[in-house]
Amino acid sequence: MTGVKGEWPLYEVFVRGKRGLNHVHVGSLHAADDEMAVRHARDVYTRRNEGVSIWVVRADAITASSPDEKDPLFAPSGDKVYRHPTFYDIPEDVPHL
Amino acid sequence: MSHDPETSTQTSPYEDLYGGGDAAHWAFGTGFEDPLAGLGAGEAAAVPEGVSPRDLATYSLMLADDALVMSHRLSQWCSNAPELEDDVALANIALDLLGQARLLLTRASAADPAVVPTLPEGSPVPAEDALAYFRGDQDFLNVRLVEGEDADFAEAVVRLLVFATWRLALLSRLRDSSDPVLAAVASKGVKELTYHRDYAGRWFVTLAQGTEGSRARLLAALDRLWPMRPELTKGHAVESRLAQCGVGVDPTTVGDEVDDVLGQVFAAADVARPDAAGLAGVQGRTGRDGLHTEAFGRMLAEMQVVARAHPTGRW
Repeated sequence: MTGVKGEWPLYEVFVRGKRGLNHVHVGSLHAADDEMAVRHARDVYTRRNEGVSIWVVRADAITASSPDEKDPLFAPSGDKVYRHPTFYDIPEDVPHL
Repeated sequence: MSHDPETSTQTSPYEDLYGGGDAAHWAFGTGFEDPLAGLGAGEAAAVPEGVSPRDLATYSLMLADDALVMSHRLSQWCSNAPELEDDVALANIALDLLGQARLLLTRASAADPAVVPTLPEGSPVPAEDALAYFRGDQDFLNVRLVEGEDADFAEAVVRLLVFATWRLALLSRLRDSSDPVLAAVASKGVKELTYHRDYAGRWFVTLAQGTEGSRARLLAALDRLWPMRPELTKGHAVESRLAQCGVGVDPTTVGDEVDDVLGQVFAAADVARPDAAGLAGVQGRTGRDGLHTEAFGRMLAEMQVVARAHPTGRW
């Protein structure tokens, strides 16, 4: 059985809820292929009526920022309060802000 | 909406994207549906005109017992499946079938209360539980396919594929039943079984096209279970009577569809259709007549032991 891997690859799972507007990362799971990953995600992460749409992506296909880069990447935005849209009133009938 | 950046972790502007403090927040879905919600008062107990209450109860028990016993066998995979993800998948399928069984057992007891075993005075056990836990093996009317113990995961896959294919064919016709309860149970069940069949079909092809070992296990399981296939579409006098009055489905009419669907899966998996003869009954009696295999008695003993020890217990 050469060439047979004993372990399934890791997938990250994103679910869009009935009320949500975007897919949200909910966790990860193992699956043999992409199609099976969608079905596993359905079984593991939407059994309590959470979702209406699922995305899965192999974890090794994700490029992530490194913890070492935390300061140069994120610290500079910490003191720029003017970047937040908080200095004017938002009308009450504008949804999803 | 104005907020202080210092407290932005508590009042994140993104919070509303996920539904905010709404009770229907995506992570905890609500809005569960009652499959019998569309029925008016009294409809859940009424027996359609021209139908014998005992026949309707018996037919409901047949469909209920298939689901109940299959559910119990699948639930025995809990913590034993090859991967955590499949453990959850099999448990979900078992719960779907248990839900179907509960509605159908309740239907049987409402159609003819005489089918419910008698329990000691003051017992709080509801009719559906009395039917599940206090009948002997010869009172169970399930087909013999569902009662065997799975030797391995491949056998669970083959059993589920054949079962779900057959039951989906039955329930998709039962949606037109003149009995509103059976029609409602069938409508709910069709969506569930479509997924069960898809799950099992994919695994069937995966195991067949996987390694030499997985293919050998799959073929062995298919050989063991195929003798149970003819019984599924043999038909019983009660099924045929209820089909004639528009309440039930005659299993003899779904044989072609079952073979057609299984044939497509076999072709995708490059597996030859087995030609084993059907498992014999005793004087023509099979699962639908209460005749079962040895493994079933042991399974039932384990399933019922706690309930039978405490017939007046409250849970």
